[in-house]
Amino acid sequence: METNEYAIEFSHLIKNFGEHRVLDGVDFKIHKGKITTILGFSGAGKSTLLKHILGLLHPSSGVVRVLGKDLSQLSEFSLREFRQKFGMLFQYAALFDSKTTFENIAFPLVEFTKNSYDQNMERVKELLDAVGLHERTLHRLPSELSGGMRKRVGLARALALKPEIILYDEPTTGLDPITTKMVNDLILETAVRGRERQMTSVIISHDIAATFRISDYVAFLDHGKMVEHLPVEEFKKSQHPLVRRFMEL
Amino acid sequence: MNFLTKYFKAQIEKLGASILDVVGGLGRFSNFAFLCMYWMFKRPFRTKLGWEQFYFIGNKSIFIVALTAAFSGMVMTYQTYLGFTLISADGFLGPIVALALAKELGPVFTGLIIAGRCGAAMAAQIGTMKVTEQVDALEVMGISSHQYLAVPRILATTFMMPILSTIFLLVGSVGSYVVGTKVLQIDGDLYFSQLGVFMFISDIFQGLIKATVFGYLIAVIGTYQGFSVKGGADGVGKATNLAVVWGMVMVLIVDYFLTSFLVLIL
Repeated sequence: METNEYAIEFSHLIKNFGEHRVLDGVDFKIHKGKITTILGFSGAGKSTLLKHILGLLHPSSGVVRVLGKDLSQLSEFSLREFRQKFGMLFQYAALFDSKTTFENIAFPLVEFTKNSYDQNMERVKELLDAVGLHERTLHRLPSELSGGMRKRVGLARALALKPEIILYDEPTTGLDPITTKMVNDLILETAVRGRERQMTSVIISHDIAATFRISDYVAFLDHGKMVEHLPVEEFKKSQHPLVRRFMEL
Repeated sequence: MNFLTKYFKAQIEKLGASILDVVGGLGRFSNFAFLCMYWMFKRPFRTKLGWEQFYFIGNKSIFIVALTAAFSGMVMTYQTYLGFTLISADGFLGPIVALALAKELGPVFTGLIIAGRCGAAMAAQIGTMKVTEQVDALEVMGISSHQYLAVPRILATTFMMPILSTIFLLVGSVGSYVVGTKVLQIDGDLYFSQLGVFMFISDIFQGLIKATVFGYLIAVIGTYQGFSVKGGADGVGKATNLAVVWGMVMVLIVDYFLTSFLVLIL
């Protein structure tokens, strides 16, 4: 029954790169339909954890279960197909720089659906509206967009296939305070819109203030170990020395 | 004594590390080439991307290949003429130049041009996509970056190289004919009269096979360097440099071994 409650489960996850242990027995469950933020110092293993969720890395030992499926049991082909259930907003949006806004957002639709051009255009306009961008940006290249606009386009692309899990890799790093607030608002709005279909949001972040504002659950990773994982209000009161130190920085 | 022991130990360790590095690199390269081969035969076949690469590698290279071919044919004719007149063998000028163009100059020069022009572009394009996480974005969407980025480039270069090499042969022969007949005043009929005696269809095939192999190598090296980029702009610069250097060096090295092999079987 637990698999219905949790979107992602890590059981005794260990990941070694050569002799270096990056993840050291992570036991952790991410609630379905909620926003969970994973905090931690640089080099704590946050990105490695994210890559395990996507099946881009495989555990040295332990199990990663996503939407009830043990990723290590899936074939290469099934895993690629399974990844269509994910959307991801990269740190710097990772838009294809030779493609226009329309082509970027429509990319997953062109690849994985049999939609006509008109159907794709309609869906892209719908997504542009959802992320608060005007239609005049449709035919602009990423180089002609501001940092905030690129993030919005990246988010629209991530949402194109109505993912069940959306991952944000440090979504506000390098942005000014106004754009940071805009991106955080957008994450919240997206989560609210996706709540009826139980969309789960996982955020990797360093931004404490934003984490407390938008998250339902907060986890803290240190040297490959999950040292704390609590609902946001309880996390604020955590007495774990590392968490306190991180919050006081 | 202690100092000497330490010094030699350090040198041996360095040598060992270098050997491991080279062997590891060869392993990664072979694995990459195998993965590309695997994805080449997997659906979906990305014909649109393939045509874009055919256009870039083929059409966009014709001018520079033709220009190089014309002048190579011309200078080759001039130099050969200077030697052949000493032994009154002007009649062999046409076939000798045509043979050289078909078997060696065509595939090798075209390979060097394509390694410089397209191998570098492949490494720079894919390398930039790697450092800006565009390659990761493809993988996260469930799309094989090898299939999407490397396979169209490898197929296009492998198929376009023999065509470009043939263009090199034709334009080079015209350049040679013009210099031979108009500048060096050799009889036009004499120029080609011995061609059938000295040149066979197998000579043309030899050049085409070489060009195909060179095309495959240049593209695999270029795309591999792109996928191997680490860091930022500096990494892209290094990868581009390595793609050109290794592409050109491999054309010349493989040319020798391929010639030795083809001489035996053709």
